Amino acid sequence: MKRESRRSIREVLVSLPSLFWLSLFFIIPTLFVFAIALKPANPYGGIGSGWTWDNFRSLASPNYLIVAWRTLWISVLSAAVCIILATPIGYYLARVSARWRGFFLMLIIVPFWTNFLIRIFAWKVLLHPEGAIKKALALSGLISPQASLLYNAGAVVLVTVYTFLPFTILPIYAAAEKFDFQLLEAARDLGARRLQAFTKVFLPGIRRGLITAVLFVFIPALGSYVIPDIVGGPSGEMIGNKIAQRVFVDRNLPQASALSVVLILSVLAPLLTVLVLQRKKEKPEALL
Amino acid sequence: MSEFLEFRDVSKRFGTIQAVDGVSLGIKKGEFFSLLGPSGCGKTTMLRLAAGFEYPDAGRVILDGQDITDLPPNKRKVNTIFQSYALFPHLTVWENIAFGLRVAKRSKSEIETEVEAMLQLIRMSDQAHKKPDQLSGGQKQRVAIARALINKPQVLLLDEPLAALDLKLRQRMLIELDMIHDQVGITFLYVTHDQGEAMSLSDRIAVMDSGRIEQVGSPAEIYEAPRTSFVAAFIGDTNFLEGEVTGLVENEYCQVKIADIPGVICFNDKSMKPGNPVYLSIRPEKIHISRDRPEESSRRNIVSAIVEDMIYLGSTTKYWVRTHGLRVQVLRQHFRFFLDEKPIRWNDEVWIWWHGDDGFMLDRYRAVDEHLVALPPRKVGEPEDNNEKR
Repeated sequence: MKRESRRSIREVLVSLPSLFWLSLFFIIPTLFVFAIALKPANPYGGIGSGWTWDNFRSLASPNYLIVAWRTLWISVLSAAVCIILATPIGYYLARVSARWRGFFLMLIIVPFWTNFLIRIFAWKVLLHPEGAIKKALALSGLISPQASLLYNAGAVVLVTVYTFLPFTILPIYAAAEKFDFQLLEAARDLGARRLQAFTKVFLPGIRRGLITAVLFVFIPALGSYVIPDIVGGPSGEMIGNKIAQRVFVDRNLPQASALSVVLILSVLAPLLTVLVLQRKKEKPEALL
Repeated sequence: MSEFLEFRDVSKRFGTIQAVDGVSLGIKKGEFFSLLGPSGCGKTTMLRLAAGFEYPDAGRVILDGQDITDLPPNKRKVNTIFQSYALFPHLTVWENIAFGLRVAKRSKSEIETEVEAMLQLIRMSDQAHKKPDQLSGGQKQRVAIARALINKPQVLLLDEPLAALDLKLRQRMLIELDMIHDQVGITFLYVTHDQGEAMSLSDRIAVMDSGRIEQVGSPAEIYEAPRTSFVAAFIGDTNFLEGEVTGLVENEYCQVKIADIPGVICFNDKSMKPGNPVYLSIRPEKIHISRDRPEESSRRNIVSAIVEDMIYLGSTTKYWVRTHGLRVQVLRQHFRFFLDEKPIRWNDEVWIWWHGDDGFMLDRYRAVDEHLVALPPRKVGEPEDNNEKR
């Protein structure tokens, strides 16, 4: 008993520096945001005195609801596309010979050597109305010559998928690498078709990697600002853009804070659900 | 009886390694058949060819008269027990066993009755809702067997299924496997490097080496009448004595000169002629040892020797004796123990003798088999050759 308590004291001591760091640069600023959200704005761009719920009430306007809904579906769709693309890639990476694996992992990591903003601007060039992709698609009759590839929600999804695909491939690859591929042979041996073996044995086997991958796209996508700002246009606006507008255009910090609070809570909600679900699943094993 | 599972001139190459080299082999219905050989001999590849995980470079695989070479694993009426069991870690014991029936889209009630029956067969009804990582090695093994058998395969393929278990458990599972084979009566193709397993379970054994089959036969045939020096050395212990045929005795036997021992009598099953070089293989337990000179009798070879090393093993004692510059291993079974009998000790002069029928003349072993036939060890205490036969 005594040893137990001494150990827990030591654990607390060891975690103190990181707790301090997190409090100073993350928890306290977040609490500021929560506090400011409950303050009235003053006309000079500052924060008024007293407390109010008005900032949250004003979020119920249809304008915000449209943007919130768009933010949600862009994030869900981006996460879904990323997973659909990353799962076969992760599977392949885990099975390919070590030499090729190194080469492909390189290919996935190389884009990070270029600045994130520059890569998004590159997409702007690629998708430009006078660009090669647009012209080729128009010529082949797949899209009408008037249609635009840029400045819409589709462009946001495309660039979001491009940006976060490496972050989904890596956790899926890490899980697939630990997967025992003899299990797939066992499934085939027991009468499963190729696809059945994949869905019934491989996907459950890399479940953890899949969850991590989903969170790696979905959460940053919910808060994305730069991508919709550069390739989204008015019809591709997301909550991040609205927050920026409230800060830089309207100079209304309380309103921006209220939006941020909603965003933070909507990110925390799915994360906590996943954590609780995982905890519950692991419990019976942990008891042993 | 005709062949049930048949390999016809099957070959398979991996890169530069010829894993299976033109093997033809027939396995009868209901038989417990073992593929026995050192690692890398191609036995597992044979099993994977039968399961459909590998496609042969040449040759056909035939099951019950049907050519299954081109069928994918899920279309073959064979099931595999993997060395690592390969139980699905995210499914319970119950779900693991039900897997085959579920992908076959069988009705719910049918699945339930069959899974319960299987759980009873492996005596694990009370463990049905555990996950594989909560089971012991032996239990995992039994689940793997149930999961395969529930599909009613025509042939059950077992890939070193006992290799991961400890000795006592292995012995119990051996008996259990044997019982299951008797109960379900399907054909077993069993791959192992362990001669003990193969000997005790099999109706017939194929000894493999370097992608080829050295000999097929019943355990007793393989042990008592090895056809090649590889088989003689791989199955059990043996003494290899190099010599030359010097004459024939009544055509059935020949006289062999070994070192400077003239006229060793040996059964001539290979129609050797005088002048032929031979390797004489004699099992250690076929050689008798005593302090007193035995009576002369026809076809009995009697040689005097000096005891160099001995190991007392309880039911038996192993002796290494030197005679005419040769080191010979002798195994003596203790039938009864006389306290007043003067035991054989180091450096004692003894007589060893064996019957002419107990020696086998074999071809010279190949250079690659040297490590297998490096018998006997030079000195007691050196790692025994047996342990390296993996």
